[in-house]
Amino acid sequence: MSAEVAVVLFPGTNCEYDVVTGVERAGGSARIVWHGDRDLGSPDAVVIPGGFAHGDYLRPGAIARFSPVMSAVEEFAAAGGPVVGVCNGFQVLTEAHLLPGALQKNRGLGFICAPVELEVASDRSVLTRGIPVGRRLRIPINHFEGNYTCDAATLVRLEGDGRIVLRYVDNPNGSVASIAGIANQAGNVVGLMPHPERATDALLGSEDGLVLLRALLAAAGAPVGSPA
Amino acid sequence: MTTVPLHRALGLTDDEASEISRLLGREPNHLELALYAVMWSEHCSYKSSKVHLRRLPSEGPQVLVGPGENAGVIDAGGGLAVAIRIESHNHPSAIEPYQGAATGVGGILRDIFTMGARPIALMDPLRFGPLTDARSRWIAGGVVDGISGYGNAVGVPTVGGETVFDDSYTGNPLVNVLCCGVLPADRLVLGAAHGEGNLAVLLGSATGRDGIGGVSVLASAGFTDDAEAEEAKRPNVQVGDPFEEKRLIEACLELLDQHLVVGIQDLGGAGLACATSETASRGGVGMDVDVTAVHRREPGMEAWEVMTSESQERMLAIVTPDNLDRVLACCARWEVRASVIGRVTASGRLRILDGWDGEVLADVPASTLHDDAPVYHRPLQRPADLDARQADDPGGPGGAGGAGEPGGLPGSADCGTDLLALLVDTQWVWRRYDHQLFLNTVEGPGGDAALLRLAAPGVPTDRGPGEPPRGLALSTDGNGRWCALDPRLGTALVVAESALNVACVGATPVALVNCLNFGNPEHPEVMWQLSEAIDGMAEACRALDIPVIGGNVSLYNESQGRDIDPTPVVGTLGLVDAIRRRPPGARLVDGQQVVLVHPASSGVSLAGSRWAVELHGHRNGRLAPLDLAAHDRLLQLVAALVGEARLGGIHDVSEGGLGVALAEMARRGGCGFTVAGIADHVALFGEGPSRVVVSVDAGAALDDLAARVEAAGLALTVLGRAGGTRLVVEGLLDVALEDAVRAADGVLPAALGPSSHSSSH
Repeated sequence: MSAEVAVVLFPGTNCEYDVVTGVERAGGSARIVWHGDRDLGSPDAVVIPGGFAHGDYLRPGAIARFSPVMSAVEEFAAAGGPVVGVCNGFQVLTEAHLLPGALQKNRGLGFICAPVELEVASDRSVLTRGIPVGRRLRIPINHFEGNYTCDAATLVRLEGDGRIVLRYVDNPNGSVASIAGIANQAGNVVGLMPHPERATDALLGSEDGLVLLRALLAAAGAPVGSPA
Repeated sequence: MTTVPLHRALGLTDDEASEISRLLGREPNHLELALYAVMWSEHCSYKSSKVHLRRLPSEGPQVLVGPGENAGVIDAGGGLAVAIRIESHNHPSAIEPYQGAATGVGGILRDIFTMGARPIALMDPLRFGPLTDARSRWIAGGVVDGISGYGNAVGVPTVGGETVFDDSYTGNPLVNVLCCGVLPADRLVLGAAHGEGNLAVLLGSATGRDGIGGVSVLASAGFTDDAEAEEAKRPNVQVGDPFEEKRLIEACLELLDQHLVVGIQDLGGAGLACATSETASRGGVGMDVDVTAVHRREPGMEAWEVMTSESQERMLAIVTPDNLDRVLACCARWEVRASVIGRVTASGRLRILDGWDGEVLADVPASTLHDDAPVYHRPLQRPADLDARQADDPGGPGGAGGAGEPGGLPGSADCGTDLLALLVDTQWVWRRYDHQLFLNTVEGPGGDAALLRLAAPGVPTDRGPGEPPRGLALSTDGNGRWCALDPRLGTALVVAESALNVACVGATPVALVNCLNFGNPEHPEVMWQLSEAIDGMAEACRALDIPVIGGNVSLYNESQGRDIDPTPVVGTLGLVDAIRRRPPGARLVDGQQVVLVHPASSGVSLAGSRWAVELHGHRNGRLAPLDLAAHDRLLQLVAALVGEARLGGIHDVSEGGLGVALAEMARRGGCGFTVAGIADHVALFGEGPSRVVVSVDAGAALDDLAARVEAAGLALTVLGRAGGTRLVVEGLLDVALEDAVRAADGVLPAALGPSSHSSSH
């Protein structure tokens, strides 16, 4: 029995299949949940994948946070369930105030699709538990609005409480403190701009994303099955 | 203001108007005339090119659907099929770069999912005026933003293309876009209406006044020097909504999966007029259309506006009455609007009605809008100055001469400086495109060709996890500089190069689509170029056994009285039976031998080369010859060597010649080289077909390679060795790798704005 991940699908989401594939390669199973559903079923973890939920015409994630499924995600998170937002999913989590801060347009005002070098900055989260701090991972980013920002007091708290979980080695987008991913206070809600699911196959250039996805499956409380 | 007859205002000639009256047996009314005007436009009818296109080979054992449908389809094995199409959006992009390019992407996607295929990859061959021209820079930036903005949001990766800057495209850029999709071979759908009483359901965006007359006003006329008149064309450009398109893709693929549609057709050029008449005509039926049932964006639209609007993100599905409720429910779930706007009839006529029981606004035989479109045998004329241009070779009369020879350019004063001036890295463009979605991209932009796993969400494959996946390769190629000097040979060279690119990632070329970008067909010289180009393409495709399964003709590419250089762009599809490992890529490996594989007798020429054109403004001369039989042997050898993992790196020698090929491989490999035996600037920068540079270990590996090359009836020259931090061509140049990297990386950011992120390599 392997951990089961609910992958939330909004109209405009486009990384849902990739996340399902990535989770399966990491040894878990995954199921897509429609944004209009108020019931997640009983997953071991929730992933909000990348894309352009509801078109992102207003502000990324601004409309998605009002989708019926989000109240179920909030309840799941409040009960300590692991919730990870990747890229657009991170933007949705900040709009829903499950994570602090916001994601602005990249410094340079251009979309960037490229592999980047990341450093694990804290193991106090469901996505990094058990991974040595300082470990380098090569994982692609793919965003226009990935420039993380927050007020000074929040930054101090994030730093002090070990809630900055991933940093860019060579900051691509202007994020404050080179932040690539953060967690909530309890460590069970994580948002990150890089796409771990895009680094799960040596044929495509990197398997480093499996390190994060396996950590998530392990944290989700069920034994991890053998990789597919 | 003088009064122009209505048919001329709509873009029809006097003869065409009389023919319409003859077909109807009466004078057409305004709406009917508007229908014929869009359907008989150059863009929709191919009236100038049809007689020539027939000469292209389009059949082969793997061809499931050839030219004439929304997309060509190839049987890819294992129960999978690949749909592919290429189109131009040149004129809209010249006027409104962002939306012009964005809606080009939207349009080509609909052509692919119309066939039942999940779009998995886009390619964008782009040609702009020079970077020194402010308007060309504005167009280039807007086009790239438009492709990025639409393609990324709609969720289809852009995996490659070309970016070319050349004087020829000042004022008339070429924005071509290719899309390919994957489908289960048994889900293939065609855009035909069948079954009297079946319903035509319009899906997607509301219809507005945007894009009215796009095909006739914009796509079928050139640009003049009247800036105000050109600016006035902006409302003819449509506006794209990628979120609507994303929902439309998902809804349509779900409808097809559940077998809820009889036929389906996208609304592109000529909007509803085209979709209704084309589906009816293909199915051999008629259709009644209630124009009042069309959901609209604005009030007060006339019937002819509704019928010819090119509002984006719309599809027409033919549905049995029994399935209607399920179709509407699926659309509602995806928040896609759906309206029943038509009924299939047995009459063979397209009737436009003002309400089901209302007035008949138009009544024409559906097939006449397609089958009776005029076919022109336009006059052909070889350009009068072509002999003189060919005689004026930059290499001198012998092709290899130097300073002082009549007609020849002086030799290069400093080959190192020239080389640095020819290096351009296009990351600035393709880092703005999501090129990885769907986890298929094995080799993305920046290499010889894109290589993808042949897989798509929701499409079952015959390869399980852990088994090497099937693969597909894509390359788009064009070269207006070559084709201007010899459209026939130039086009054959383009086909040859495209096929070789695909072979360099280990694939066998199986099909080709073309986008024929030419000038004004009313100029006999342009028609001669088109005819010659098609002959060159036919010749090369026959020899290499690559069927042409679809295409697009873009004419009237002219501005201020000057036609563009003839620029046929081809997209080549290759297949790989099993991708066992990543292809070596266009790189040198430190310590390996640098080897050139080529036909036993091969030539190069500076005619139409980047060296002559970009550095010396010299656009004349005679192209190097092409031996198609030797090229075919090279393709097979290269695909085999890559598949067997015998090479450390491989790159075809193309624009910029051997010098640029070596420098590009050094950049990607992160190591320098020392080579010898390259005689002069002609050998270094001359361009010619059928050559690849490979990086291979000395000793047994090199001996094996030599044996394979000999067995293939080809030749091999060891140029030197990879290694060090300098690019050294003995007797010609010695530059630091670091300088080459800086030169290449700097070009686009310096002209188009800073890159948002310095390369982390």
